[in-house]
Amino acid sequence: MTLIDLANPTKFLSLTARLLPPLAGATAILLLIGLAQAAMAPDDYQQGATVKIMFIHVPNAWLSMFVWGVMSVAALGTLVWRHPLADVAQKAAAPIGAAFTFLALVTGSLWGRPMWGTYWEWDARLTSVLILFLMYLGLIALWRAVEDPSRAARAAAILTLVGAINLPIIKFSVDWWNTLHQPASVMRMGGPSLDKAFLIPLLVMAVGFSLLFVTLHLAAMRNEILRRRVRSLQMMQASKQAA
Amino acid sequence: MALGPYAAFIVTSYALVTAVVLILIVWIAVDYRRQQARLRELEASGVTRRSGRTATDI
Repeated sequence: MTLIDLANPTKFLSLTARLLPPLAGATAILLLIGLAQAAMAPDDYQQGATVKIMFIHVPNAWLSMFVWGVMSVAALGTLVWRHPLADVAQKAAAPIGAAFTFLALVTGSLWGRPMWGTYWEWDARLTSVLILFLMYLGLIALWRAVEDPSRAARAAAILTLVGAINLPIIKFSVDWWNTLHQPASVMRMGGPSLDKAFLIPLLVMAVGFSLLFVTLHLAAMRNEILRRRVRSLQMMQASKQAA
Repeated sequence: MALGPYAAFIVTSYALVTAVVLILIVWIAVDYRRQQARLRELEASGVTRRSGRTATDI
């Protein structure tokens, strides 16, 4: 099945029906393994047991950016290739990305209080992620403000692509500015600086959360396709009644 | 598993992530049922798709 085949919503729905159960199962298994490994991970010599927050904070932080990246590719699909499912993918991803960003901010704050002595600091990393969260909310509001999804799609796509400028700012904020937030310790030149005792559970949780996103995104896309089907049938019904 | 003096921060973080993920799952599941119910209502009222299939057919 090619990408062009998936342009047909009916084929996409049939593929989703087949993919969702195994994806949900794999997500649950990976997250359970990750949680068990996180529970058994040793305390950090400086941070003590609070290092356990890393296993949920970091995957959510990664996904907050990854989801916007997915929406940016979908935005190109809307504006350049006019793929029929591109704006469906974009619209369905926004609330999920907002939830991951919210969790990254709150778990980071709960980790920051015991380690930094403050819940919040207006430093470059925290502020740029807060801006990302506000952009997610703006995008959701835009989708809700315009009734016709095809009209909303172009505006949302432009906003998404403009917002993508924030992604490298978030990623490199800890290198470009002097921040309270620590620099990258996994995706960095010279390889991860984390010990395997922390790195392995973190990667398992990251893959688990990524699968969770794929599962939820496919399910939300299926819902959006059905919502559009309902809308077009209601319009057909209304035009029949008017005739 | 001893969580030390900052147990409240760790437990709150995990509880919050669990709650938000569960809310997302339930919201998407409820939305799916709602759309299916609307399609069934439309099907019952005799509206068919341009392809000739019924509203609830994949």
